[in-house]
Amino acid sequence: MTELLAKLLGRLPIGWLQLVHNKTRLPAAVAGVSFASVLVLMQLGFLGALVGSIRLPYDQMNADILISASDMNTPADGSPLPRQRMFEALSVEGVARATPLYYGKIEWKQSDGTIRNLDVFGIDPSSETIRNPAIEARLADIARADVALIDAKTRNAPDGLFAQIANGQPYRFEVKGRTLTVVGTFEIGGGFTADGYLVISDQTFLRLFPQRAAGAPNHILVSLAPGADVRSTIERLRAVLPAYDSSVRTVAEAFDKDRAFQTTQRPVGLVFGFGIVIGVLVGIIIVYQVLSTDVAEHLKEYATFKAIGYPQRFFLSIVFEEAAILAALGFIPGFVVSLGLYAMIAAATGLPLAMTGARAVFVLIGVLGMCLLSGAIATRKLARANPADLF
Amino acid sequence: MDRMGPSEFRAGGSMSRTAAPIVVRGLEHWFGEGEAKKQVLFDVDLVLQPGKLTVLLGASGSGKTTLLTLMGCLRRVQQGSVTLLGMELAGAAEDVLVQCRRRLGFIFQAHNLHDSLTAMQNVRMGLEVHGPAATAQWESAAAHLLDLLGLRERLNYLPGNLSGGQKQRVAVARALIGNPDIVFADEPTAALDKESALNVVTLLKRLGTERGTTTLMVTHDSKIMDLADQIITMDEGRIVQDSSLS
Repeated sequence: MTELLAKLLGRLPIGWLQLVHNKTRLPAAVAGVSFASVLVLMQLGFLGALVGSIRLPYDQMNADILISASDMNTPADGSPLPRQRMFEALSVEGVARATPLYYGKIEWKQSDGTIRNLDVFGIDPSSETIRNPAIEARLADIARADVALIDAKTRNAPDGLFAQIANGQPYRFEVKGRTLTVVGTFEIGGGFTADGYLVISDQTFLRLFPQRAAGAPNHILVSLAPGADVRSTIERLRAVLPAYDSSVRTVAEAFDKDRAFQTTQRPVGLVFGFGIVIGVLVGIIIVYQVLSTDVAEHLKEYATFKAIGYPQRFFLSIVFEEAAILAALGFIPGFVVSLGLYAMIAAATGLPLAMTGARAVFVLIGVLGMCLLSGAIATRKLARANPADLF
Repeated sequence: MDRMGPSEFRAGGSMSRTAAPIVVRGLEHWFGEGEAKKQVLFDVDLVLQPGKLTVLLGASGSGKTTLLTLMGCLRRVQQGSVTLLGMELAGAAEDVLVQCRRRLGFIFQAHNLHDSLTAMQNVRMGLEVHGPAATAQWESAAAHLLDLLGLRERLNYLPGNLSGGQKQRVAVARALIGNPDIVFADEPTAALDKESALNVVTLLKRLGTERGTTTLMVTHDSKIMDLADQIITMDEGRIVQDSSLS
């Protein structure tokens, strides 16, 4: 390693030799950087899982444009839309199809008394509202009253339940005073606000949520006619629909707005963001402590090198060499530990928690930057290395 | 002691080693500011001859260390003139002082070896400052010099595993490996036994004879004084005796 670094640096790798010389400080420093890496990777993982779970319902929408209430932030909130908006949208040039989507939440009480929260899609079974083959194949079934399809990725469901449903044995449960019969499954996955999804017809939805007016869906899913331009169609829709109760966006734009809202204005997003800041601060403090102590302990040697004629940049390069080595040595175990934690937490929670190459590279660069910043702060002590004091 | 081969040391500087390497004129120096300002050097005049061993004597606080650091480009000249290897140090820019220091060798009373580097690597640091070309043959040069100083068996030892005397000899090797024009030494033999001390001084004398290396040494060792070509005595910031003038 020493020879390799000497060739890379074109000089003795003093930073490396200093680090390995101290048998207790190096493991402590590496552990510190690893800890900071794990903290940041986990928080980014959670933030990624939050974004991933926000994306899930949008991925199911078989539409180019989403019309929602003007006060909508997430699919589940906002005022209902007058059904009239759907007919107005259908009259706009470029719109091929407009279908209502009802969105609600129910509590699924299981036989052991535990409750699971489910997000509910109420869809018109005669339309292709949802882009999910397992749901599309069972639209005729849910057209019947009080028949439902359930998300097979729902967290903490009774053992073997979904296999039983898939084998043709319906599952019945009571909700809001009605008995739903689940005849099939599909896969979406749970998020931070729900354990899974339930798909029912719009008519069943309105029976489950009697307070909801029939003419007021949460969203209107718009599909474009072949060759229609999405931007100009959106402009035409905005011209027709009143802005005080309707917002018109592409599905991707609606997702972006939702993500921005949930990651910057909701506590959960802020907590994860704050966790990243804490991780970075912990890393900076640990690396700074290590490097500044190291500089302080070698001031006489550095002063001697100054006397010999080494310029200031030589000492900076030693500190930055140490910082870069600590970043590399600390990131690798932190990354491995995080992979294990990701798998463990994903299995336990069903959250879409997965390591991405971009995240790994981003955090590696961040850890390197964090260590270099710490090194830059630590180099202030180099000014104390005065060769005149050696005599 | 073996003779040093010409290839074992870095090529010397471009300046001739026949001219006076250090000329000091009217040098005065102060420490502190305002009411606390205290003058420590008074009108110092001094000329060192090339290739000679000069010993600087004086009680503690007599100003010899300040003089040494001024001539060694480690402090800025406040008043007067110090011409080092033909270059005026008064008003010189920091990078010029750094360049000047690369032509000097320093041996401190404390060895100041880097505890993470082996004896060989510590010596190498005296060469690396001159760039990659200077380190091409560094291993043989460093090994040979350490061998001359009686450390053949300790080349790859860390300072923590060396005795005080051995560390000091490594520090001497570090100062000499770059083939300096001038060596500044502060009690370099204080930590050495008689034989090692004599070896070091003999080596410095030989460098003076063979390469024109000038040595300025602060010491109170009477045996070294016997070997000196010039003895300068300081008292309260003034040169009170210069054997080259007497």
